[in-house]
Amino acid sequence: MTSAVLDVRDLTKHYGDVVAVDGVSFRVGAGEIFGFLGPNGAGKTTTINALTGLVDPTGGEISVLGLAYPGHISEAQGHIGVVPDESNLYGEMDGFGNLCFCAALYGLPRRVREPRARELLDRFDLAEVGRRPFAAYSRGMKRKLTIAAALIHRPQILFLDEPTTGIDVASARQIRRLLGDLNADGVTIFLTTHYIEEAERLCHRIAFIVAGRIVRIDTKESLLAEADGSSSLLLALDGNLEEGARLLGESFPDIAIARNPEGNLLLTAADELELLPLLQRLNEGGVKVYEARIARPSLEDVFVRVTGIEAREMKAAEGRGRG
Amino acid sequence: MKAAIAFWAILAKDMRNYYLKPPNISWGIIFPVSWTLMFFLRSRGAPMDIKDLLPGVMAMSVLFGTTSMLAVTITFEKRHRSFERLLLAPIGLNLLMLAKTSGAITFGVINSAVPIVLASFLVDLSGTTWLTVLPAVLFIAMSSTFLGLFIAVSVSEVFEAQTFSNFFRFPMVFLCGLFLPLGDLPAVIRPLSYVLPLTYGNDLLRHAFLGAGVLNPAVSWVMLALFTALLFAMSIRNAKRSWIS
Ligand SMILES: Nc1ncnc2c1ncn2[C@@H]1O[C@H](COP(=O)(O)OP(=O)(O)OP(=O)(O)O)[C@@H](O)[C@H]1O
Ligand SMILES: [Mg+2]
Repeated sequence: MTSAVLDVRDLTKHYGDVVAVDGVSFRVGAGEIFGFLGPNGAGKTTTINALTGLVDPTGGEISVLGLAYPGHISEAQGHIGVVPDESNLYGEMDGFGNLCFCAALYGLPRRVREPRARELLDRFDLAEVGRRPFAAYSRGMKRKLTIAAALIHRPQILFLDEPTTGIDVASARQIRRLLGDLNADGVTIFLTTHYIEEAERLCHRIAFIVAGRIVRIDTKESLLAEADGSSSLLLALDGNLEEGARLLGESFPDIAIARNPEGNLLLTAADELELLPLLQRLNEGGVKVYEARIARPSLEDVFVRVTGIEAREMKAAEGRGRG
Repeated sequence: MKAAIAFWAILAKDMRNYYLKPPNISWGIIFPVSWTLMFFLRSRGAPMDIKDLLPGVMAMSVLFGTTSMLAVTITFEKRHRSFERLLLAPIGLNLLMLAKTSGAITFGVINSAVPIVLASFLVDLSGTTWLTVLPAVLFIAMSSTFLGLFIAVSVSEVFEAQTFSNFFRFPMVFLCGLFLPLGDLPAVIRPLSYVLPLTYGNDLLRHAFLGAGVLNPAVSWVMLALFTALLFAMSIRNAKRSWIS
């Protein structure tokens, strides 16, 4: 990472007593896809807002493309594109009009912005609805147009706040493919997500953020390599999950224990898990084991171990948050 | 050049999407027309009376056409988050605010033409100092718009923007000498008149149409310029604090 396009040091943001971001530092190199992975309320949106000039940080230093904030925010804003967590285009204007308007905000003259808007509508499969009011778009179309709008001025860095939250699998896959293509064209991407699979699929480097702090930051390969050395085990119990988790948690403090929706316990450890002591302990405690199965190590295991948060909890929280 | 394109795009969009929408045009026309008619009818067509009422009706049309429109459109865009787009654009807050207010100012100036056109059918306006009318209307429009901006920055709901605007402008109709000579106001509340920019704008219009105001025009110009600059600066400061917080 010789040339950092994003350089953030000790970024802090307080809202009254609430510490939204608590001393976050990281660098992102040109051409990287960098992901912020964390649960609801971790400080992802606040961080993006600070980096894009929508939030005035309480403390810390930000420089984007070598331009230091707050003095050079406007200049930096000319080179970044932002896709917010909820679409913020004009509902009463059509897709084409929205794109042209956004292009004009970046100073593109008419003869440039109209062909550019058409090109993006084509690229995002929106040409057919280009003349429909934005308010009448489906959620997936809205998200795609919002991404198109963020790209209208050919930014060097693209910020996306939970780009695939709330849209169907096919659209999400299309968006991920588009992001991959953009990155291949040299666009640096900073995204937030609470989908572990998304981070694993898209990002080169990932920061785990919890309660306003980065608890881990590394390349995907190193994180996965860590998972490789580790082992995971799925245990199907006779229904007494609470008791099983309690017994194992007390006796084996080095093992991370999570529960999956199928009613199994997922155990993860940094090194080889020994099956026999586990079974013995459960047996002594009167908990029956029906099945024990080795699970494929994944980013999820690393995330659960590092943050102590179960992936399922993040998804459940999302369900509540979005209705 | 880039800034000019952005400025024009914001102004043109606001004109198209808000100010020149049929309901708004009709409000912009019906309102001054009905007030004008009401006052003119009351004056029973006496030529001097109509001329005497004209400055006040103009000032009021501008005031009502600008203040709430700007406050409402900005609050609306903030609610729908499209305002964020504008804050993300590579233009400074000053330019953004000028672009947002230019639409309202233009609309206010156009509004002021309605009473003039009506009056021109009824009385002889040939003695008018038009060179004073235009800048005076412009100043009234600017100071009222920036008052709207100030309101927009202070509220977060559309209905608050509306209520808050009325809170300011209805008293202004009475306090600024629009229809009630300043001298007729009780001495205790007269100081209030002098801290409202509309007082000075209205007096300049009276000079222009009637050749007689109660204040020194030079003082009025200076006060209007000061109020306009002050309201704009205060709005920008508050906007920085509350929108990029
Ligand atoms: N304007 C604000 N005023 C007060 N508190 C705020 C404000 N914005 C964010 N917060 C608080 O800061 C913390 C971080 O919020 P943030 O929106 O950055 O989280 P997030 O990681 O984006 O969460 P999510 O996944 O739900 O989008 C939360 O506790 C939130 O309640
Ligand atoms: Mg968020």
